[in-house]
Amino acid sequence: MATRSNSPQRIVIIGATSGIAEHCARQWAQQGASHLTLVARNADKLALIAQDLRVRNPALHIHCQTGNFTDPAAIQQLVDNIASEGCPDIVLIAHGTLPDQTLCQQNLAINADALMINGMSPVLFAEAFVTHMVAAGQGTLAVIGSVAGDRGRKSNYVYGAAKGLVTRYVQGLQHRLAGSPVKVVLVKPGPTDTAMTAHLKHQGAKLASVEDVANSIVQGIQAGKPTVYAPAKWALIMMIIRHLPRFVFNRMDI
Amino acid sequence: MKVSSWGRLSQDKHHVISLSDRHQAARQIQQSNPGICFGNGRSYGDVCLNPGGTLWQTSTLNRFIHFDEQTGRLRCEAGVLLRDIQRTLVPRGWMLPVTPGTQLITVGGAIANDVHGKNHHVLGSFGDHVLSFRLLKTDGTVLECEPQSDLFKATIGGMGLTGILLDADLQLRPVKGPWLSTDTVPYHSLDAFFDLADQSEHDWEHTVSWIDCLSGSQARGIFLRANHADATPAGAKTPGHKQLNMPITPPISLVNRLSLRPFNELYYRLQARKAGAGFAHYEPFSYPLDALQNWNRMYGPRGFYQYQCVVPTADAKPAIAALLDSIRHAGAGSFLAVLKTFGDRLAPGLLSFPMPGATLALDFPNQGARTLKLFNTLDSIVRECGGRLYVAKDARMPADMFAAGYPNLPEFLKHRDPGISSAMSRRLFGS
Repeated sequence: MATRSNSPQRIVIIGATSGIAEHCARQWAQQGASHLTLVARNADKLALIAQDLRVRNPALHIHCQTGNFTDPAAIQQLVDNIASEGCPDIVLIAHGTLPDQTLCQQNLAINADALMINGMSPVLFAEAFVTHMVAAGQGTLAVIGSVAGDRGRKSNYVYGAAKGLVTRYVQGLQHRLAGSPVKVVLVKPGPTDTAMTAHLKHQGAKLASVEDVANSIVQGIQAGKPTVYAPAKWALIMMIIRHLPRFVFNRMDI
Repeated sequence: MKVSSWGRLSQDKHHVISLSDRHQAARQIQQSNPGICFGNGRSYGDVCLNPGGTLWQTSTLNRFIHFDEQTGRLRCEAGVLLRDIQRTLVPRGWMLPVTPGTQLITVGGAIANDVHGKNHHVLGSFGDHVLSFRLLKTDGTVLECEPQSDLFKATIGGMGLTGILLDADLQLRPVKGPWLSTDTVPYHSLDAFFDLADQSEHDWEHTVSWIDCLSGSQARGIFLRANHADATPAGAKTPGHKQLNMPITPPISLVNRLSLRPFNELYYRLQARKAGAGFAHYEPFSYPLDALQNWNRMYGPRGFYQYQCVVPTADAKPAIAALLDSIRHAGAGSFLAVLKTFGDRLAPGLLSFPMPGATLALDFPNQGARTLKLFNTLDSIVRECGGRLYVAKDARMPADMFAAGYPNLPEFLKHRDPGISSAMSRRLFGS
């Protein structure tokens, strides 16, 4: 990172109302960030989050913004506007939804929306920000993928495919920017206890606490790791799942 | 999903709805009556449970709203943990006036149980520092309540039965830092304990004592007292936030007949060596068990009860002696045993637990009928002197004992929300 101080100063979060993003923002606020730009679709929810962060760090400048997340021209415009205020030290791209797999199979419009918001949209944001960061010669871009992107599974391959797109795209960016001062971090959270996974909880799934996941992400970004599994145990679990031979994998109900 | 409270006495299925923010809550509770709020699950018994029914999980309602650095007035959502308030605001010179022995509880839970701390004789209970709150009724209306109102008094200590707390205004108190100057005094009789409590009331803000539950009426224990320090003591090192964890539940309770006596002996000796003046950071002093995650697992798969009673000042000495003799006779209890006196103050809630007198709190590994039989004996001592049990800890008191201990009950019942019900409300009030 090009900034001299230990804590990042200028931070941008896309999808700032996501549970994981909100908790990352809290940690950065407490660490003494100076500028925080929060972008989301829901202005009311964004206002609640900004209020909270102001109490946590009254010196923090918070800028809230809503935007269109699916139109390439709007994304370009939004990112250009943000970058014109000063190139960010950290950009976290965190938006997404967890679609119902069965509905995606029955309705191609829902399927297309899910692929757009979880796959296309984050990579367009990433590309737009990287352009500015390369020009400024500094910054860390972190994109939230998912363990679901590591191998297609019948229970959520639409979401998994979109996150798989994010994985490949970020890999490509990392390759392109190897040796440059701009760092690109891919975050792969396991199932986390947030509003997005409320229905999984009903089914009795064991979910990681959002504070712990945010903590791993903030530390991973600080360290500039290329890939951050959050919590870390998912690195091992997904390595096994990726390498299971098909005759075993196909018998699993996952 | 299966939900337990802190005592781990049951794990029944509940339909859990996470309340995502204070604007959405009214919509989110619509299809789900009747339910009860569940915060951080730190109450010991069934006050936060509703087997087969709905739980409104409030731990996600955890945002700050406003803080006034001049007056120390904080507005926050009801699911904010006391720990988050303290860690955010102690460095800025403000602290919650009253906290219990754990700060891993929500503001909503602290209000609904009107929790108290080691400084009751000076600052009362949590409800004494609540300036206002917003209460969502299950019919969808939202009421702003202030201390003069009857609904406010019913909600303080009201077990979550009057509505769903959305957010609250709290008055914090200024502090010069996180440090306490402490004094540790071993004592060897109940008379000595009560003398220490009397003498300490004027000069010490925090008073509490650990008591060896096997020592009977010839009690021995460790009396702890503390005041907020004006400066950082020399050599003071701020503790980190590292937590140990109890990763698994052992097949039997680690606290049992064999372990209890040596545990108590060891604990007494270790603490007695610290006798005299010292200093402590507020976290390890006030919330020692918060450093060990899942400590409740040490009581094994059957879980544990906590028995906490208060007995009025007039009969406090003989009643505490009788309670301790019964516990010693049964050879039961735990090394987690606390004896302290409450101040002579009017409680803010209709069903607040504190009353002028002495309170004894003690864990008991669940040994089924044997444990319950002992509780019946303890109940009769508490009843006879006009004492009461603490609902935040209770999983088994008979309904008539509750009614006898809480004379404001008929007044309270007028303020119940018909769309709210818990295992405890059904046990104590039949609905």
